[in-house]
Amino acid sequence: MSEWLEATFTNNRPRALAALTRYFRDIDVAEEAFSEACLKALTEWQDKGAPRDPLAWLLTAARNAGLDRVRKRQRRQTLLKTNFAVPEMPQENLPDPDEVRDDVLRLLFICCHPALPRQDQIALALRIVGGLSVAEIARAFLIGPKAMEQRLTRAKKKIATNPVPFETPSLHERSKRLAEVSLMVYLMFNEGWSTSNSVTQMKLTLCEEAIRLARLLADLFSGMGEQMALLSLLLFQHARRDARQDSSGRLVALEDQDRSLWDASAISEALALLQKSERLGHSGPYRIQAAIAAEHALAKTADATNWRSIEAHYAALFAMQPTPVVRLNLIAAMAKTRGPVHALQQMTPLADELAGYRWYHTMRGGLLEQSGDFDAAITALKIALTLGPTEPERVAINEKISLCKKNIAML
Amino acid sequence: MMYAIAIYGEPGVFETLSEDKKKEVLAGHAALQEALAERGEFLSIKLMPTSTAVTLEPPAATGQAPLIVDGPFAETKEGFLGFYAAEFADLKEALRFAEMISSPIARLEIRPIAWAGGVISTEG
Repeated sequence: MSEWLEATFTNNRPRALAALTRYFRDIDVAEEAFSEACLKALTEWQDKGAPRDPLAWLLTAARNAGLDRVRKRQRRQTLLKTNFAVPEMPQENLPDPDEVRDDVLRLLFICCHPALPRQDQIALALRIVGGLSVAEIARAFLIGPKAMEQRLTRAKKKIATNPVPFETPSLHERSKRLAEVSLMVYLMFNEGWSTSNSVTQMKLTLCEEAIRLARLLADLFSGMGEQMALLSLLLFQHARRDARQDSSGRLVALEDQDRSLWDASAISEALALLQKSERLGHSGPYRIQAAIAAEHALAKTADATNWRSIEAHYAALFAMQPTPVVRLNLIAAMAKTRGPVHALQQMTPLADELAGYRWYHTMRGGLLEQSGDFDAAITALKIALTLGPTEPERVAINEKISLCKKNIAML
Repeated sequence: MMYAIAIYGEPGVFETLSEDKKKEVLAGHAALQEALAERGEFLSIKLMPTSTAVTLEPPAATGQAPLIVDGPFAETKEGFLGFYAAEFADLKEALRFAEMISSPIARLEIRPIAWAGGVISTEG
C-alpha cells in the first residue's frame, strides 16, 4: 500500500512544501514537517481510507507537526533568552490558489540562486521540489552519493545567505522569476537528454522530473503561453525516448528512428499545448522550438519532413536568439532545402566561433561526405573526435569515418 | 443496458507511480480491454491533462460569441481521468468488469448511459 501512497505524496509535494516554506520561513522545517505528515498519512489513510483532498490533509498534519518542532525549539531558546515567534495557525485548511502559485514559484526560484552553478540549481530543485533522494540525484548526475550530499549541503548554505522575500511579488518580479525557473526546467531536461554513455536510463529521470515541473508550471500559470510551449517542447522531445537508442545503446539519428516507437499520446498532448499557446498569440523561443519538434513528430517518414517550414522556424528563432548555435541549426535545415554545398558555404563564417563545438565538425563532416569530399570529411570528423564526444557519438563518428574510407578505396 | 465505467483520481499520480505499480495498473486495463473485446464492441477514452483544455463559456450577452477561456483550471483534487463504455447484461456484470481496473489510485463510477449517435473508428 505504501508504494501507492508515495505517488500521492510526491504529487502533492511541490504545493505542500511551498506553502509550508512560506508558513515556517524555513525549508528544512518545511521538509521535516512534510515527511512527518506523510508518515502519519501512511497509517491513517490505510485505516480510514485516503481523503478526497490529500493536499489539505497533508498541509494540516504538516503544520501541526512543524509547530510542535518550533515550540520545542522555542522552549530551548527561551532558556537561552532568545526570541522565536511561533507562526499563527491560519483558519482555513487550504491556502488561496494565487498564494500557492506564488509559493511554488518562490520555492523553485530559491533553488535558482544566481550564486549557484546551474547543475547545483537543478540538483537542489530535484531534492527540494521533486523530493528525489540524494542517491537518485547522484545517479542522474553520474557522481557518488557522498559527493552529491556535500554539494547539496553547500548549495543549501549558499541560498540561506540570500533569502528570497516572502511578500507577494510584483508583476515584474513574478515574470522574472517565472522566466528564470522555466529556463532551469528546460536545462534540467537537456541535462537528462544529453546522453553521456550507456547509463542513459538513469539520466532519463532528469527528463521525467523536468516534465513534471513543466507540467506544474503550466498548471499553475494556466494562461501563460510560454509555459504551455515549454511543456509542449519537452513532451515532443521525450516522445522519442524509446527510438533514439538501439538495443546495443547506439544513438539512432532522428531520420533513422523507427517512428512507430514514438509515444503517440505524448505527441498529441504536446500538439494540443502548442496549438493552445499559438491561440494565445504567444511566440517565444520555446514555442518556436516546439513548432520545429512538431514538424518532425508529424512527418510520417523522414523524407516527408517539411524542411522549408523548419528552416523558416529556425530563421525566426535566430531573429530572437542570434547565437552561432542557432545559426548552425538554421544551416542544417538549409542543407536539406538547398543542398550540402550551399550549407557548407554558409558554415564557413562560423568556423572560428564554433571551432570548439563538436557538432559543428560532425555536421561539417556529414555534409562533406554527402558532397563527395571524403578526405575533408575524415579531417572534420577526426577533429570532432578530439572534442570529447559521448560514447554513442564516438561510435557514430567512427562509423562515418570508416564509411568515408570505404568510399575513397572504391574511387 | 449500456454502462460507463468512469475513472476518477488525482491527476498526475499515475505518472508518479513506480514502474512496477504502473505496470500493475496497465495490466488491469489490458485485461479489461481483452475481456470486453471478446464479447463485442466497446469504447475506452483517456482524457488528457486539463492543461491541454479550453473552456467555451456561454456568451456574455445575446448576439455575442461564446467566450473561450483556458483551463478548466487545474485541480489538485480528484479529476475525471477517462472512461469505458460497453453493453452489459446488468449492473452486476458491469461491476464485475469494472473490478478488473480497480486500484488504490482510482475511484470508479458505474453509471448507465444512453447512446446518442456518432461513430468512432480509430487505430492505436
